Amino acid sequence: MALQDKYKALTDAATAAGISGLAVREQDGVLYVDGTAADGATKDHLWDIYNQIDPNFAGGDLVLNVNVSVDAAVTHAKVITESSNLNIRKGPGTDQPIVGKAAHGEVITLVNRSNDLWWLVRTNDGEEGYCYAKYLEPQA
Amino acid sequence: MSAAVVATLFFAGCSPKDGDIETAVKAKEASEVSVAVTKGEVTLTGEVADEAEKAKAEVIAKAEKGVKSVVNNLTVKSGLASLVPVVIAEDAALIKSVADAAKDFPTVQTTVKDGVVTLKGEINKSSLVKLMQQLAVLKPKKIDNQLTVK
Repeated sequence: MALQDKYKALTDAATAAGISGLAVREQDGVLYVDGTAADGATKDHLWDIYNQIDPNFAGGDLVLNVNVSVDAAVTHAKVITESSNLNIRKGPGTDQPIVGKAAHGEVITLVNRSNDLWWLVRTNDGEEGYCYAKYLEPQA
Repeated sequence: MSAAVVATLFFAGCSPKDGDIETAVKAKEASEVSVAVTKGEVTLTGEVADEAEKAKAEVIAKAEKGVKSVVNNLTVKSGLASLVPVVIAEDAALIKSVADAAKDFPTVQTTVKDGVVTLKGEINKSSLVKLMQQLAVLKPKKIDNQLTVK
């Protein structure tokens, strides 16, 4: 229970923020906090608290698995790479061949988000394939 | 009857084996698990009793011949989530997903063993948060962060 005490500020904040499906479990010396946040700001807030309790996340005793919910009605996403083009791949994985590129800042069509990490997209040129979801920002 | 056959063939047109995979996987899964197959990608939906059932359903689907990947969208009946063991990703899947996540952090070396993701090298502060956020959703057992923060 010591870990739950250590991260109490975090789990309290998660409860207060209305994280859906919140689960707090301790197993083999690691605390697992899972759930879905309503927006990115809520998720970042929880990560700020995590960083305050465990500076630079060096403790290795927490896995904070909080996703941001995406409205099912969203059909487009913006490419939010640092500056480069985003690879579009034949399948979900960096071991898959590149079938196209989406420009930084381009807004492309979301075809399928059933895979959490790799979303199936279509560019305005009609190229279709998988992109790493972290570089796509759903457009309301 | 022939109309039904034609319709089935039509729907399966782009990848004729999907229907066969779907039938085979359905036969092996529990009744509450719904199965859909598109181009060899199996999507599981429905509500099961616990995380173990959810993981088992995924294993069954992955074992089927012709299955390229499995999207496990099964939900666990509420109220049990905090009691069941945490599901840790298999090393094979974790190695792949960690490599995908770490690709854009060239100063970071990652290793994966028994679900533990170890990070070595150096990183700047803002990138560290991004990297940790990407790794935490991959269902690791633990993230052993030995990075030097610049």
